[in-house]
Amino acid sequence: MQVKLYNPPSPLETRVISKRFGTPDSWRVDTYLATGGFEAFKKVHEMSQDQIIDEVKASSLRGRGGAGFPTGMKWGFVPRQSELPKYIVVNADESEPGTCKDRLLMEHDPIQMIEGILIAAKAVGASKGWIYIRGEYRYLIDHMDSVLKECYARNLLGKNILGTGFDFELYTQTGAGAYECGEESALLESLEGKRGVPRIRPPFPAVSGAFQAPTVLNNVETFSAVPEIIRNGAKWYADLGTPRNGGTRLVCLAGHVERPGVYEVPLGMNMLYFLNEIGGGMLGGRKLKAIIPGGSSCPILSAEECDLAMDYDTMAKAGTMLGSGGMMVMDETTDMVKVALRIMRFYNHESCGWCIPCREGTTWLRKMLARIVDGNGSARDIDLVGDLASAMLGRTFCPLGDAAALPTISVVKKFRPEFEAYVAKNPFATSELVQVA
Amino acid sequence: MSNPVNLTINGTAVQAPAGMLLIDAAKLAGIEIPAFCYYEGMSLQAACRMCLVEIEKAPKLMAACVVPVAEGMVVKTESEPVVKARKTTLEFLLTNHPLDCPVCDKGGECELQDMVFRYGAGESRFTEVKHHVPEKQWSPVVFYDGPRCILCYRCVRVCNEGMGVGALGIVNRGVVSEIAPSHGDHLECDECGACIDICPVGALTSGAYRYKTRPWEMEHTGTICTHCSNGCKTTLGVRNGEIVRGNNRDRSGINGEFLCVKGRYAFDFNHHPERLQSPMMRVDGKLEEVSWSKALQTIAAKFKAIRDGSGRVGVIGSARMTNEEAFLLQKFARTVFGTNNIDHQRSGDVVTLLDALSGKTGTLGSTADCYNSQAVLVLGTDLSQQHPFLANQVRANFRHHKASVYAVTAGPVREDKIAKASLRAAGDGLAELESLKTKLQAEKELLVLFGDSVKGESVRKLVAFGESLGIPVKYIALVDYVNSRGVMDMGLLPDLGPGYHAAEGPAGMTLPQMLVADDLDMLWIAGADVKVDHPDAFVVVQDLFLTGAAQKADVVLPAASAYEKNGTVTNVCGEVQRLKKAAETVGAKSDLAIIGLIARGMGVDLGKVDADAVFAEIQKTVRGYNVPLPVIVTGGAAQTQPVNGRVPANVLPELIQSARDTLFTTGSLTRYSKVLNEVREAPGGLYR
Repeated sequence: MQVKLYNPPSPLETRVISKRFGTPDSWRVDTYLATGGFEAFKKVHEMSQDQIIDEVKASSLRGRGGAGFPTGMKWGFVPRQSELPKYIVVNADESEPGTCKDRLLMEHDPIQMIEGILIAAKAVGASKGWIYIRGEYRYLIDHMDSVLKECYARNLLGKNILGTGFDFELYTQTGAGAYECGEESALLESLEGKRGVPRIRPPFPAVSGAFQAPTVLNNVETFSAVPEIIRNGAKWYADLGTPRNGGTRLVCLAGHVERPGVYEVPLGMNMLYFLNEIGGGMLGGRKLKAIIPGGSSCPILSAEECDLAMDYDTMAKAGTMLGSGGMMVMDETTDMVKVALRIMRFYNHESCGWCIPCREGTTWLRKMLARIVDGNGSARDIDLVGDLASAMLGRTFCPLGDAAALPTISVVKKFRPEFEAYVAKNPFATSELVQVA
Repeated sequence: MSNPVNLTINGTAVQAPAGMLLIDAAKLAGIEIPAFCYYEGMSLQAACRMCLVEIEKAPKLMAACVVPVAEGMVVKTESEPVVKARKTTLEFLLTNHPLDCPVCDKGGECELQDMVFRYGAGESRFTEVKHHVPEKQWSPVVFYDGPRCILCYRCVRVCNEGMGVGALGIVNRGVVSEIAPSHGDHLECDECGACIDICPVGALTSGAYRYKTRPWEMEHTGTICTHCSNGCKTTLGVRNGEIVRGNNRDRSGINGEFLCVKGRYAFDFNHHPERLQSPMMRVDGKLEEVSWSKALQTIAAKFKAIRDGSGRVGVIGSARMTNEEAFLLQKFARTVFGTNNIDHQRSGDVVTLLDALSGKTGTLGSTADCYNSQAVLVLGTDLSQQHPFLANQVRANFRHHKASVYAVTAGPVREDKIAKASLRAAGDGLAELESLKTKLQAEKELLVLFGDSVKGESVRKLVAFGESLGIPVKYIALVDYVNSRGVMDMGLLPDLGPGYHAAEGPAGMTLPQMLVADDLDMLWIAGADVKVDHPDAFVVVQDLFLTGAAQKADVVLPAASAYEKNGTVTNVCGEVQRLKKAAETVGAKSDLAIIGLIARGMGVDLGKVDADAVFAEIQKTVRGYNVPLPVIVTGGAAQTQPVNGRVPANVLPELIQSARDTLFTTGSLTRYSKVLNEVREAPGGLYR
């Protein structure tokens, strides 16, 4: 596969998992082995399962798919004894709007992820795994299949890997175009060939996952970080970031910026610093209006709120999320009402339809926002949008409902004047004909 | 209660067994937590979000249908956030649900109506355009209206888990999700209608019932389905004397909510235009309508003459008669005519089974055993086709208790899917059964259901095989129709009287013998469509329709159907239940009334001839029928205890022949049921 440089790297990056990006044949076995590859794998063979898990816990690595759950803790939930075999599943469904990092990891440094998978397998006692790749990444599935083929040929997968006596079978599995299948239990349902609808939890995948067996399910980037953690030590990794928010992450900078692209930065870097120094500042020097920090499921930050550290805890305290790292920057020319509509259209389209609040709520909200954008909104609609979104919050079967509600509530709250402006343009906005009860 | 858990709901202390779901625990305390998708006996979903309640220390509202009770749990089901959540969930549901109530069959018994009335907002704030798709017809019986569907998936689950058919699924995603039938645009299934009954709204409606009535215009009568021998309770909805629907939503009877297509829909034979409504007599070689008095006078006079002249008499009864009718008919034949020429079409070798089980106790299976027995053997019968309720019990047994199911049958059967072992066997299958001996011996107990391919000596061999296993074994001899077992218990047999006593005097003619006898003076046929070729005999036929036998009769009497009379019937497992008159066909009389009128015309005293009086006599005189009357009268099923001893009869195997009905056939009534004919002719025909 022809490698295209993803974007010019920035000297201000801290390249831990992206250090091989852009080097010739970065995805080939020889390149990987020549640059420290599989040192970690050999190291964990001298460690006990508890030691491996403790090391990952100490690194304070947290799930890079969006939820930010401590990875070591998740691995620790897998029962030691199990009648059923244990599995590793990689969430390569990458469908969160704004996110485009996992594809780069799989394109440029897939064997790093594979080594991470093997270390996880060793830690919990798994011998089989699947990489669930979203159906839209058609090209990537073929690419991953050829990477796997080479790994098998070079004894990095299969029986008796590198003579350690450890066996592991790894396969790719394609999705079929559903955002909801990025939700871990819906992903497992899809993996098993069923409708991509989430499961009742508890039990969680660590206890009852793929085919009801204990499963470690993590994001591509999360697995990719593991080899360096083992190679250089948990403390080294943790210290790169901030307390309880260790290491680095790939941030996908998009929107009205001079240098959009994917950059690897330590957790805790200031958002504005990142935007200006690495991202090159606002496109054409225009004014910043709002940032969606980590994928469209995150509440939006207005310009005044963007001076904060990019780590899980700080962002949560600020009422938003670090999320999946999909940072979308909007300048003063952006129509925030249309942003709200665009986001709601996505969630309505992707709603799996299982539960009433999300299925009907996102539909109602989409229709209402479309009507407002069309110029037929009324004053009570603005409050109703916030009201309905709040009615969905915390009531749905899975977090997709919350993901649809939270950004909408934040956009209406922080940019209400723009909604009022749309309504003001409607000559019938306060007419009796439009008001219903 | 083992391991009781103490929790508080709305300030009241509640005790519930450990592991119970919160929604069920609340019900114990008399607190209703509304739900659409939660349904007892089916897999959990937590999809509708109606059952969200407030639990102390939980970060958000929790769905009560998936939370097990925990010690010290404090639950609020009527607090402000909960009430608000329910209201908005219903408001969300009504955004696309059309306001079809005026034209929707479900109006008046709709769960969404009930919920909105109780928990919903009076007005909706929705002013957008609704998404509409046209209504579809998936089969002669099943209609699906997408906009009305609330996507609770009860229908999908009942078809998949409950009926084991899996003909319904879900297609598309999000708000354009729809329930879809197995064949894209139509259903090929059992047409049982379980999906229609379980639908909380009017999304799935019955083609047989459409637009006929409102629920409150019907009178509901619970009676026993007249088709197969399983004895399901069916609650018939009657409007202005016409039966318009059947279901069992009140879960009365032994069958809970289960009914097959026959129990639900095949009542329509009852008001078929060809129902006989007037007696007929042969005048100059042609049958002419006559009055009841004329017909009865003629019969009484002729019968008297034959009795006084010691003529040869043949009496043929039907497996669809009530116990009272069968009892009285054989009593009439034996005491008035002094004959044992009494028989009916037998479909299962109950007699040999009882004889072979002589001296053993607890060896006869009940319908509950089909659900509870740790192991079940289906031998020589297509259970799902001929005994849908028993098959349902076995399936539920497998699903809930992981019972071991074995199938030894002539062809593939549905039980193969859940069977631990299944074999194909021609004949009685006993040779093939030997190969399963080791597996069966390892079971804790066994219930054997066998069809008519096991009869005569084979039954004895089967019981011997059961003995050799060294585990407790129970048996059910499968028979065809609603009272096939009952009429045998009542002695409608040439060599046995009621209760399987030996008949007095020499054994009489069997059915085949009567049909070829050319020296009969009289042939009295009650409800059996047999081949009549007796030009010299006085033939009386009482039936619902002008059957082949009736066309050859000298006198034809219009009989009432099972849905038009009172009495009792005994199902295949010996459980006796009460029939309750639901409708009436003008001009027809029940077999019991006819027998009584003929007796009166002859000046014969048969005692009081009404269902209750005759049943009282049966209770007193028929061995095994001293069952508690209150159980029967209140609509329950009472287990009869037939003879436990040698039965003095030798059954010739050729006398036992099952009609081998399917889900879409029911003996001679089949052609008169519009619904059954429609489903048989629908694409796909009988779903196997």
